Amino acid sequence: MIKVNGTEQDGAGKTVSELLLSENYLPERVAVEINEQILPKAEYSHTYLHDGDKIEIVSFVGGG
Amino acid sequence: MRYPTKQEMYAALEERHGKQLQEKFSQASVAICGLGGLGSNVAIHLVRAGVGKLFLLDFDQVDITNLNRQQYFPDQLGEYKTDALKHTLSRIAPYCQIMTKCVKLNEQNIPELLAEFPIICEAFDKPEQKAMLVNTVLEKLPETFLIASSGMAGLDTPNTIRTRKITPKFYLCGDEENGIESGIGLISARVAVCAAHQATTILRIISGENSA
Repeated sequence: MIKVNGTEQDGAGKTVSELLLSENYLPERVAVEINEQILPKAEYSHTYLHDGDKIEIVSFVGGG
Repeated sequence: MRYPTKQEMYAALEERHGKQLQEKFSQASVAICGLGGLGSNVAIHLVRAGVGKLFLLDFDQVDITNLNRQQYFPDQLGEYKTDALKHTLSRIAPYCQIMTKCVKLNEQNIPELLAEFPIICEAFDKPEQKAMLVNTVLEKLPETFLIASSGMAGLDTPNTIRTRKITPKFYLCGDEENGIESGIGLISARVAVCAAHQATTILRIISGENSA
């Protein structure tokens, strides 16, 4: 199990890109932290998630 | 009326905020990226508190469609926002040091322009630009406090706008849902709630009271 924005779910073995796609996030509008470390965008496609990982997906909407 | 001196204005702030807190505010420096509804309001809150140094960054000019929520005046239409806001801030807090840069920020220029600022406020409007700034600061300037924003459009209750401490140096203000994409545009009052969250968070960080 992994924890995404505080909620436990299956997802170990997926890449971050796959996780974003399955959760309907747009990669160019998010910042992703794994275990409190920012993940550079270039690493989304080849970073695999492991049991116990805590993932925080911060998604931005327009307006300011 | 006699114009107040720097010492008189500082003494008045000290009387309101206390000597210790005012010393921290006056020694602080903050960079504000984007001078729209969020950034213009955040800047006004910070100079009113007596923050010593601000760096204002934006590439845009004041447009008539900005006047519903941004802190500009009709007689400033067409001026660069950096110049217009600096002028307004200098009327509120004439002794605050205000630096400006009329520039569009990107992955390359963010580290060099912002490296010396311990606190950065993200106040852009486009989601891709927000994400770009946040990703760049978190990757390239990991020692910097970052206060970002997402979700303040429309007229939902203001109570859903909150501040979330995502990591020890990264805070996010907003309802994280209501974007301009969803229909109703940006209403000054609700944008100001989000800006006030950002400004309060910045002042809490400066004060050292940012444990939660």
